Amino acid sequence: MPELAIHPDRGASAGLRFPAHAIDGLAGTSFKHQHLPSILADEEQDRGFFEVHAENYMGAGGPPHAALARIREDHPVSLHGVAMSIGGPRPLDKAHLGRFAALVERYEPLLVSEHLAWSTHGTAYYNDLLPLPYTEATLRRVSEHIDEVQEAIGRRILLENPSTYLLFKESTMSETAFIREIVRRTGCGLLLDVNNVFVSATNHGYSALDYLSNYPLGDVGEIHLAGHAEQQDDEGDLLLIDSHDGPVADAVWRLFDIVIGRCGPMPTLIEWDSAIPDWPVLKAEAKAAQSILDRHAASFGQEKMHALG
Amino acid sequence: MSVKSSINSAMLAGAVAAAVSSFAVAAPLSQDEVKAAMDAGKEKCYGVALKGQNDCAAGPGTTCQATSTVDYQGNAWKFVDGGTCTTMELPGGRTGSMEPLSRDVPS
Amino acid sequence: MRSVSPSPPEPARGCRYAEGFTPGLLDPSCTTPAFVAGPNCKAADRRFNVYRNNVTVSLMNALADIFPATLRITGEAFFRAMARFHVRETPPTSPLLFEYGRDFPDFIERYEYAQSMPWLADVARIERAWLDAYHAADGGVLSPAELAAVPPDRLGYLVFEAHPATRILRSAFPAVTIFSVNRASGPVGRIETTAAESALVTRPALDVEVRRLAPGADRFLGGLVAGETMERAASAAGEVNADFDPAAAIRTMLEAGAFAAIRHGG
Repeated sequence: MPELAIHPDRGASAGLRFPAHAIDGLAGTSFKHQHLPSILADEEQDRGFFEVHAENYMGAGGPPHAALARIREDHPVSLHGVAMSIGGPRPLDKAHLGRFAALVERYEPLLVSEHLAWSTHGTAYYNDLLPLPYTEATLRRVSEHIDEVQEAIGRRILLENPSTYLLFKESTMSETAFIREIVRRTGCGLLLDVNNVFVSATNHGYSALDYLSNYPLGDVGEIHLAGHAEQQDDEGDLLLIDSHDGPVADAVWRLFDIVIGRCGPMPTLIEWDSAIPDWPVLKAEAKAAQSILDRHAASFGQEKMHALG
Repeated sequence: MSVKSSINSAMLAGAVAAAVSSFAVAAPLSQDEVKAAMDAGKEKCYGVALKGQNDCAAGPGTTCQATSTVDYQGNAWKFVDGGTCTTMELPGGRTGSMEPLSRDVPS
Repeated sequence: MRSVSPSPPEPARGCRYAEGFTPGLLDPSCTTPAFVAGPNCKAADRRFNVYRNNVTVSLMNALADIFPATLRITGEAFFRAMARFHVRETPPTSPLLFEYGRDFPDFIERYEYAQSMPWLADVARIERAWLDAYHAADGGVLSPAELAAVPPDRLGYLVFEAHPATRILRSAFPAVTIFSVNRASGPVGRIETTAAESALVTRPALDVEVRRLAPGADRFLGGLVAGETMERAASAAGEVNADFDPAAAIRTMLEAGAFAAIRHGG
């Protein structure tokens, strides 16, 4: 198992390995290189964390590693894989898994996550988070893949719920039942993307709150928030796109508030990957998340004191 | 095969001496100097002069988000529109100026 | 071009969903797989199209990010059409997006509508090399003092170890000039030169640098990268170009940090 306790930056991670006890929560942002000068020049001592897409740091050297190493000196880092294809039917790419494990070892990220989705099939990489049916067969396959990843990196990963736009007729269980069973089988944690919950709920006509009440909130180790865009489906009904190109929607902020009220403060990331704004705009979005986390931290701290008393 | 060297060691020695002596100021930064520059927040050292040009490739991912710009169906464009190629003069007196060959036609 | 005959989606039993899902992602003539639907059995065409769009557009965007000068030369509409054809014909085989586009310059060379810009593929090759240099392993660079310390009678036998980022590209066109003005932020004026230019792409520290190499100098540095002795490489360069200036070429390679170390060969 990893040497979590001995690294000074790892203080906050002790709670993550036991999510029920996680009362401190940090807000963070996607790390974009164009923001690095602004981040370094920022007088305000910000304790936020940064999340990077693992694949962008799988080159041999150069500016990406220099920038990540620099930010890692001052801030906790979350490593977010986007191309492991855990939800795919084929065996995992061993070379890719090796690169991922090397990054975990090199940068000692506070959090490590991947997606309940697939992106590679045969020889082609499709560069999107593609959906899968929820069946006994896929449950078995996904669980094997997560076991393999966790074994390779020597620690638990957080699995992110997807944004989806369609359903598979062959699915035999709900997404929440599927995720719940994966957690039981693999011991992985969860990255709850609240925007994805809202997007999928809208797209499939169910209630986001119902989804959350069926979702194993006790296993959540990180939360994602992001903006989405609006389109229409074949019947002209609203179809939301998980576009990451704008501020977090009000409805998603409300859901986030409810989630934090139920499970306590969690590391919370603002994802913004297209039409990336200047650093102050992104930072302000993270501050909005931090204020919600801090508000709940106070009450969760009190509850804990009562319990101890 | 006998290839007579047109350039011998003596000529190379002269060339190296000339090259090195003219070189006083332009040496690349050492790794330590680069690190110092980065710590000082100097923009030049991150390659951010190219911001917006290699975002997906160099750092941030286009990897993980859906796109809200619908552009998956499209046509062949038979003329250059809005580019810089009309400023090019090609070898042999050909010109890079693009005349529209036709309207954009479905492939 | 891809075949236009729609491939019927495979039934998605067990773990076969990916086989049925992928053909339509890059082929717009494929119908929506029969095994997907919207909620309450609503139609799923526009829903499946979200995935088609994500895959195609994100890969076109990746090419636009990797080849910004090529995009600027052709303009957005032309570039996106060209990129769309290439994405459909040659999707990535690596999950690392910064590896994508290696086949794009060759595609440009064949692309029907780019035939009037015969230099465009070479510009794209420099852009691809730029990104390779950007991600290449870090490494030290040979200092002028190290070279100066070599006894003159040994110089001819020297062989060099290239820096991991070093790339040399030859072009029959003024590709470096075209690349440079279209990667810079300023306006692109009329380019008067017609001379062939080869490119030396390096990254001695964190900034990728692209230099113009005169005929002869490209042969000289190319020979050194390939492991030839300095005398062999210089002689070959002199045969390519009678005006080859070894002092200028050596200065360029030292300035650029093209080499990491020297070894005494022969």
